[in-house]
Amino acid sequence: MTKSELIEALAQKQSQLAYKDVELAVKSMLDLMALTLASGERIEIRGFGSFSLHYRPPRTGRNPKTGDAVTLASKYVPHFKPGKELRERVNKTRSKEIL
Amino acid sequence: MALTKADMAEQLFDELGLNKREAKEFVEAFYEELRIALETGGQIKLSGFGNFDIRDKNERPGRNPKTGEEIPISARRVVTFKPGQKLKARVEAYAGSIE
Repeated sequence: MTKSELIEALAQKQSQLAYKDVELAVKSMLDLMALTLASGERIEIRGFGSFSLHYRPPRTGRNPKTGDAVTLASKYVPHFKPGKELRERVNKTRSKEIL
Repeated sequence: MALTKADMAEQLFDELGLNKREAKEFVEAFYEELRIALETGGQIKLSGFGNFDIRDKNERPGRNPKTGEEIPISARRVVTFKPGQKLKARVEAYAGSIE
């Protein structure tokens, strides 16, 4: 599913909203989520999951072409932990497929 | 304070002028749509944010961290998130800002 397919699906179900509004709402939510993580804050959505930042300490890497050592600064990377409902629902589909 | 569904509904109310009920419903519908997509086995690609994928894990040996007792971790289907380039770059910039 892509962003435009998500917008399409929501527009069909939220028929009281104009397509344009659904499009803006999806973009607005994703922007806010990205902005939140970019400012170092967590996101917690019950039943879906949480997003947080994981610290990566500085390390010495290598330029794969020349083999030269390069110093890489510490950084943060986004991390997602699925919530209970999402975990259970996804795993249930697997059980159904296997039976 | 972490970003929650209530904060996202507030943003839709402020920015797009959805009424409070519509905004709350929209936020719920957004995450439900993502859950349905993952449940039905699909990948989700949200450009500028990241991709959610489904992975099937085989059974593997595990341990009860309290007792040290060996117990197998059953085969399962899990959700993984891979942040996109744009989100990674924005979050990395945060690490620079606190040094």
